[in-house]
Amino acid sequence: MKPAGSTIPILVVLLAALVLWYLGAIALNWRGQLDADQLRGVTGQTWTDTLGATLGQDKPLLPAPHQLVAELWKTIAQQAVTSKKSLVYHGWITLSATLLGFAFGTALGIGLAVLIVHNDATNRSLMPWIIASQTVPILAIAPMIIVVLNAVGISGLVPKALISTYLSFFPVVVGMVKGFRSPESIQLDLMHTYNASKLQSFIKLRWPIALPYLFASMKVGVAASLVGAIVGELPAGGGNGLGARLLAGSYYGQTIQIWSALAVAALLAGGLVVIVGLVERAVVREMGARPA
Amino acid sequence: MTAVVSAKNLGLTFSTGDGDVVALTDVNLEIEEGEFVSFIGPSGCGKTTFLRVIADLEQPTSGSITINGMTPEAARISRAYGYVFQAPALFPWRTIEKNVALPLEIMGYSQAEQQARIARTMELVNLTGFERKFPWQLSGGMQQRASIARALAFDADLLLMDEPFGALDEIVRDHLNSELLKLFAATKKTIAFVTHSIPEAVYLSTKIVVMSPRPGRVTDIIRSTLPAERPLDIRETPEFLEIAHRVREGLRAGHSYEE
Repeated sequence: MKPAGSTIPILVVLLAALVLWYLGAIALNWRGQLDADQLRGVTGQTWTDTLGATLGQDKPLLPAPHQLVAELWKTIAQQAVTSKKSLVYHGWITLSATLLGFAFGTALGIGLAVLIVHNDATNRSLMPWIIASQTVPILAIAPMIIVVLNAVGISGLVPKALISTYLSFFPVVVGMVKGFRSPESIQLDLMHTYNASKLQSFIKLRWPIALPYLFASMKVGVAASLVGAIVGELPAGGGNGLGARLLAGSYYGQTIQIWSALAVAALLAGGLVVIVGLVERAVVREMGARPA
Repeated sequence: MTAVVSAKNLGLTFSTGDGDVVALTDVNLEIEEGEFVSFIGPSGCGKTTFLRVIADLEQPTSGSITINGMTPEAARISRAYGYVFQAPALFPWRTIEKNVALPLEIMGYSQAEQQARIARTMELVNLTGFERKFPWQLSGGMQQRASIARALAFDADLLLMDEPFGALDEIVRDHLNSELLKLFAATKKTIAFVTHSIPEAVYLSTKIVVMSPRPGRVTDIIRSTLPAERPLDIRETPEFLEIAHRVREGLRAGHSYEE
């Protein structure tokens, strides 16, 4: 249960963020507004005129919240979802790659963790590579993956999903190795006295005890998946998806477009994490956890 | 009477970074069918280690031991014993009945058979009505009773109990001790019971094995002269006190409290 009276603090924080945003927009856009006025020979501006203008520029350094909302309204509500101008369309393209990559990544992560926990040789041989894989900057290898796969005739969803997989399997491996190893020795002894097979011990002990670790890992993994899908859309250039929108926006200095794509990406990531959290809550309740 | 457990010159030495630790040395012991044998001694006397050797959880380094004439491993594989640990070790994501069903699932009992066995063992440990509760909803004593039900569920003739009531308070412990005696009478099982409480050992046992540490060894084996029927106030009779005295003497003879 939410503690009573948590609404007001949340609203206060939200309001403070909004005020800071407006102040930031004014401060960052002020200089540019003065320069633009000078360039166009506009004179006699009072400071209130400038202030108003900083919040209504076409290509502001930092768009004001209401400009962002207007852009989101225009590109989400006022476009057909199949239109290339619709952020729903681009968002869905990114989301589908994210979900596919996340599913791959979670399955791969669990599979690797099973191998690592049950076999010391795989533990020693795989773990260094898994860790090394995450030290490679994703921005550097994403274009290569896209190009190489394109060359062998694979394009569209799968290459992007693979980049999501690359980023999302890691937290799952690390979390699940820890989770599969979390039974206490007394619980393992118990299974031993029953002469339980490795498979039985896995199904009845290691898997259920590791589930909380899985959900924690999946929350990190799903957000990483979205980042992967967006990064995968960057090298495509002029294509579809939120990443392509970001890139196009930065080519043409369309800051409002960039920010609105960012906002949609943030909302998607937040929504995905919330969904994982809800599934976790349902599973944990099913597993008889003491209510917090 | 036939020997359920028979140990001859049994020894177990742990190799550690600091050198060898002799956990058991030269243990000669028989546990016969239908006996309630307590192992008593201070920490480090090897009583738990001996129980773990019977259960094939530790491997002896010298001597021999048989369970029902088999090696500990063969006995474990034939599911010859149920083991009750110091902690209940219930799986928190399973209800009490599902915890009791755990060994039955692993051993491949049918659904109907599982239900029948759950009902029977839950009644034996007086937990009927708590089948659908999760472990955290039960007190410590009830959790340990559930773990006893789990050990009884597959009808092994030998019950190994490693200080099962050590973490419980005196009142709960008295209650569970008398329940355990009833269960012992009702099921005719052979029980090996590790404890460090003298009254508990004397109250429960038909045979008391006194052990001492460094190195872990048996210093005395006492056959109880108490009747099978034992109300709790038997603990104030001269006969009871005499056995308790002999246990205490045995512990002292082991020089166990000098250090």
